Formats: sequence, structure tokens, C-alpha cells
Amino acid sequence: MRITQGTFSFLPDLTDAEIRAQIDYSLEQGWAIGVEYTDDPHPRNFYWEMWGNPMFDLRDAAGAMTEVSGCRKAHPSHYIRVNAFDSTRGFETTRLSFIVNRPKHEPGFQLKRNEVGGRAIQYTIESYATEKPEGSRYE
Amino acid sequence: MNDAAAHASVTVADSEAAGGGASASVDLSALLADSHIDEVLDELDAELIGLKPVKARIRDIAALLLVERARKQLGLIGGSPSLHMSFTGNPGTGKTTVAMRMAQILHRLGYVRKGHLIAVTRDDLVGQYIGHTAPKTKEILKKAMGGVLFIDEAYYLYRPENERDYGQEAIEILLQVMENHRDDLVVIVAGYKDRMDTFFRSNPGLSSRIAHHLDFPDYQPDELEEIAQRLLQGMQYRLSPSGVDALHEYIPLRMQQPHFANARSIRNALDRARLRQANRLFEQKGHSLTRDELMTIEGEDLRHSRMFT
Repeated sequence: MRITQGTFSFLPDLTDAEIRAQIDYSLEQGWAIGVEYTDDPHPRNFYWEMWGNPMFDLRDAAGAMTEVSGCRKAHPSHYIRVNAFDSTRGFETTRLSFIVNRPKHEPGFQLKRNEVGGRAIQYTIESYATEKPEGSRYE
Repeated sequence: MNDAAAHASVTVADSEAAGGGASASVDLSALLADSHIDEVLDELDAELIGLKPVKARIRDIAALLLVERARKQLGLIGGSPSLHMSFTGNPGTGKTTVAMRMAQILHRLGYVRKGHLIAVTRDDLVGQYIGHTAPKTKEILKKAMGGVLFIDEAYYLYRPENERDYGQEAIEILLQVMENHRDDLVVIVAGYKDRMDTFFRSNPGLSSRIAHHLDFPDYQPDELEEIAQRLLQGMQYRLSPSGVDALHEYIPLRMQQPHFANARSIRNALDRARLRQANRLFEQKGHSLTRDELMTIEGEDLRHSRMFT
């Protein structure tokens, strides 16, 4: 099941040229760029691992693209996203976030039913991928 | 391949329509006009005094890039030329100023995408402890991508007396990026001639990756005078006739001093003259000052310099 998180997630995967264009747009707006990765696809998993520090004061997408390809090399079958941060309000707010890399096979989610207090049922979802320990989920 | 052929044939049709030859052709002068590079070069000629060999080399580079662009239009692939440069010359000969211009020129010619200049020294590249240097250098390199990285006094990167110096690490990362990201940034290293020569001798890898070595000559006295006039104009001052005479005598004297730094020394001298002018005007308070008086630097303002005592 294809994960749809962040901007452009209902489109086909972005090509490198398209990613570069998006980063260039973000830099034109004066936003900082950060690269993050994870192998836990749960929609409530907000805090992904940072790939290096966020990049401030870039002028061209080439610098951020080297980090994206570096992260892809190290984690070829993780989810990788590019975040763009806006500091207008005095703190860094995410203005744009899109996935640039995803595992070849995404196993999807299981719906779990938990019976509580009589006939009431609590629903939750759990990714089949997270049944395996971190780091070996998409091998 | 097909694409290139199609493109070339379009150009043939175009040139025939314009009465040109039968073979594929591009109009260099049209390309030149299109890039507005002439304006930048003329500006360079007008605003920078002297520096003939440097200007000639910049024109050469501009011509090369234009021809490269023309070749690309006809589908000839030569790979982008390496444009890493080294600027050597005494202090105050305009290395940084020219580097700034170079970023503009390369941008106009479409060689770099953004055309900004990041000026750094050893402190910005080399870290203070193990593992600090690589991220620091890489961060600077990422910032410079799409523009020009200007490393002032680059020879400080290499400290042969300390074999555990982290400068070597910075040089290695720099070399790697200069080679692999040739399209992304242009590196300009700058410094004094003799020390740069030793630096290049001990780092042959760096020397061989730099295609253009530009040597900035010292300014002649008359050029320095012109620079002084230009600087004053920029600050909305002017010299009185006695001031011109004083400057004329001052420059040869100043040039013989140790640590003479060409245009920079002249700018400092003018700053001091402004100070004395202000003092002089202050002492004759009581009557109101005209615009003319506020703008004029007299001979005595310059003659109070220690060069004349």
C-alpha cells in the first residue's frame, strides 16, 4: 500500500529534476531545507531521523540534492523526505514536506480491533513493516 | 542524438532565411548581445583601473564560454570547461573585487546558476577538533553551489609544520568537490604570489585542477591617483587643486613605505584625510559651511600625513 504523506504524495514519485525544482522554489522563498528519513511508515510518526543538520543560507538546490542522494545511498529502502522551514514567525515552521524516496515494497497496514468495556471496540492500525525490528524492515 | 540533429537543421533553415551559408551556423554576435556580457565587461573596464592582463584573461574566458554555448546550440558536446581559478597578487590589487565581478560574469554567461559569491578564509573551512572539519567544509561548499567560492589567503589551509593540522582534510574535500561538482560551483583561491606558489608546489592536486592562474600586477602611481579620484567621487568628495598636487606627491612617498597595500592604502589615506578635513572644518566653526566646503579636501588635509614630516 502506497503511503501518502506530505505534499505531492498522490502524484507519481517526483523525478530528481522535479525535486530540484521544488527545492529551488523553497530557497527562493527563503526557507531552510532539511532531509529526514525513517522506516516506520505510521502516519502518526512525526519525528523522523535527521540526515545531517538542516541547511540554512543555501542559494542553489545542488547542495541539498547532494544530501538527498547521500541519504538515499545510505538508506536505499527507507522513507526519505525533504522539509522546507519558514522562519518568518521567529521559529522554524514546516512549510513544505514531501517524500523523495520510498521502499520498493510497502506492505501496508493491519486494522486491529481491541474489545473494551462490553461490546465497545477500539480501532487502531499497525504497519506490517514494523513487525520487524528497526533497520531490517524493508530488506 | 536525434534531438541534436533536428536542432542543427533548424539552425540551417534559420541561417538560410537570413541569407547565411548552407552549413549549420550560429550567430556569435547575436549570442553576445543576448547574454549582455558586453555591458559587464565594459563596466569592468570602466570601473576597475589598470589590471590589463586580468581584464584580457576575463575577456578570453567570456569568449570561451560564448563559443561553448554556440557549440552546444549545434549539438557539439565538449563537456563544460573547468573554470577554477587562482588569483595571485599583492594586497590591495583588487582580487576580491574582481572575484565578485567574475561571479556576475559567469552568471550572465550561464556557467553558474545563481551567481553569488561566498568569501571564506581558513577559519570558515577548518574545524577545531577531529571530525569537525568535514561537515564545516561541506556546509560552506553547499552554500557556494550555484555560485563562486572565494577562498582568501588559501595558503593558510596548508600548514606543513603541523602534520596533524586539519587543513589537509579541508583541501581533500575541496579537491573532490572541484572535480565532481564542476557544474555546480567555481572555486577561486587567492593570496600573495610567493606564498601561493609554495602552496601549489606542496599541493600538486590542487594546482592541476586550477586551469586559470591570474596574476594581479601592482598599480602604477598614475593608476593609484585615478583610483583615489574614483574613490572620492564615490564618497561625494573632491580634491581642490592643492589637494591634487598633495596627492601627486603623497603617492610615491607612500609606495616606498613597508606594508604598502596598493588601493587599500590609498583608501585608508583618504579616510584619514576626511578625518582631518572634518577637524579643520570644526575648528572654523562660527560661520555656516557651504556644500562646496563640505565636499572639498584641501592640500593641507593630505599634507598633515606623516609621509610629509
